[in-house]
Amino acid sequence: MTFTPLPGAAPLPRMVLAQARMETRLLLRNGEQLLLAVVIPLIVLVAGIAGAKHFDLTFSHSPVDTLTPGILALAIMSTSFTSLAISTGFERRYGVLKRLGSSPLPRAGLLGGKVGALLVVEGLQFVVIGGVALLLGWSPALSPAGLAGALMCALLGTAAFASLGLLLAGALRAEATLAAANLVYLLLLAGGAVVFPASSYGSVGSLLTWLPSGALGSGMRTALIGAAFPGTSLLVLAGWTVVGTVLTARTFTWE
Amino acid sequence: MQVSSARFDTRDTGDPGGPGGAGDGGIDDAVVVEDLRMAYGDKVAVDGLSLTVARGSITAVLGPNGAGKTTTLETCEGYRKPQGGRVRVLGLDPVSQRRDLLPRIGVMLQTGGAWSGVRAVEMLQHIAALHAHPLSVPMLVERLGLDSCGRTPYRRLSGGQQQRLSLAMAVVGRPQLVFVDEPTAGMDPAARRTTWDLLRELRSDGVTIVLTTHHMDEAENLADQVHVIDHGRLIASGSPFELTRGTGSTTIRLVVTEPFPPAAPASLQASLGEGTEVQAVNRHSLLITGPADAGTLATVSTWCQENGVLPESLSLGQRTLEDVFLQITGRELAV
Repeated sequence: MTFTPLPGAAPLPRMVLAQARMETRLLLRNGEQLLLAVVIPLIVLVAGIAGAKHFDLTFSHSPVDTLTPGILALAIMSTSFTSLAISTGFERRYGVLKRLGSSPLPRAGLLGGKVGALLVVEGLQFVVIGGVALLLGWSPALSPAGLAGALMCALLGTAAFASLGLLLAGALRAEATLAAANLVYLLLLAGGAVVFPASSYGSVGSLLTWLPSGALGSGMRTALIGAAFPGTSLLVLAGWTVVGTVLTARTFTWE
Repeated sequence: MQVSSARFDTRDTGDPGGPGGAGDGGIDDAVVVEDLRMAYGDKVAVDGLSLTVARGSITAVLGPNGAGKTTTLETCEGYRKPQGGRVRVLGLDPVSQRRDLLPRIGVMLQTGGAWSGVRAVEMLQHIAALHAHPLSVPMLVERLGLDSCGRTPYRRLSGGQQQRLSLAMAVVGRPQLVFVDEPTAGMDPAARRTTWDLLRELRSDGVTIVLTTHHMDEAENLADQVHVIDHGRLIASGSPFELTRGTGSTTIRLVVTEPFPPAAPASLQASLGEGTEVQAVNRHSLLITGPADAGTLATVSTWCQENGVLPESLSLGQRTLEDVFLQITGRELAV
């Protein structure tokens, strides 16, 4: 074989695609990530429905209709925040970011690859979780405004949580990121108005809709239960995306 | 160590020849570092370092741990912005022209650089996919003896396998210039040979190689040019032959059982007179550079007798890079 120099970067789309494929494979290969991505949201869904029957809770819609939009929001949060923060923290620790930093892949391409991987995983989550919910009798309210709103919520929610996840991964050591990302996930699951409507939290409920979790959850519910365009939630998510991106850009180190 | 002259007559390091040298404005040097200054807080890492790397050469940057080797390399790779001075790699500024530079260089990091769960070949294929004309991954894998662990996750690879994978990642994009940081650290002798052979083959195909090492034998065996650095400064430069030849091409090492009195080196120096140099390696060992003839040996043994010094060993040898480093810095390179 010859080593005669013939340098050159692959075209950017090919690099981003390669990076997205690599990251997707690694995300799906990791058992913990799968647990976080699919198993926990499904358990919460099934347990929520069973609990609603058991405790005879009355929602204005059926339990599965009420809970599923929030479960989808939870799935987005688990992938774009917790999984991303943990994997990026360890990439920094293991010198992967440094290694890629000396490859032809530009930073924007790396970010593009990560976002691509997140969207692929989220797509799979939606298929699995949505499929199970449909089997459990989910009948979402379908309207063009609602569907467009749900899609935009998913995308902006991904952007907001990804920027916050990267902020966390950039600020803490890998192990601390692992702990913090899981802790924040659990806290938001329990008290962040992501799965259960903000109104079920009593007087603090209206404050919770300003959290990214509350905004994403209520946006998905507005879109998929109320069949309406969740303008306010989208604005809140956009605000968090700006804050997260600016802070991440200022603090993130690649080593 | 015997220095063979065979490798010096095969190359003219000033010749930019080879495909890698073409089209870069006729600049002969692949790397130019001028008066580089780098500090971490109060700690000065690189202190006015200037050096050049000829195209098509293997150039070793040699020095003890903490000498500033990695910082210098990382500045050339564009990871760090020079705090003072100027760095040009293949005629480009590694910071402001990083995007142009990166496809043309290969970087072998000292440690890590792969996901813990990624398979060895999968990682190499990924890096290859980021380049326009990568080498054949299966061939490179076979060449570096990585075929037996191709499906092994990175975290389960041995240190030597990780190093070889890292080297493969540095060369797979067919770069003009490769930076390798401590390329054989943690390798067994066989893997070390494989790595050296590969680096020589890269050079003969026109790739410029810059390597850091604190192993004298690595620099002596491999490099066309050696830059010895210590405390962030360049203290010597030349081919291994030029560096080791010196005036007195032989050395005598005297090791004694009891520590010397502090005045011993000066006293022996006085006995030996002009033309010889005496240096304390440590409290038990002296290095004498000069003609290792019968007269010198007689003087040394007489001096031992007169001073009640009991020699434990007295050895003669060719001056090595190790000795060069000791003579310049007064310290041993051994880390």
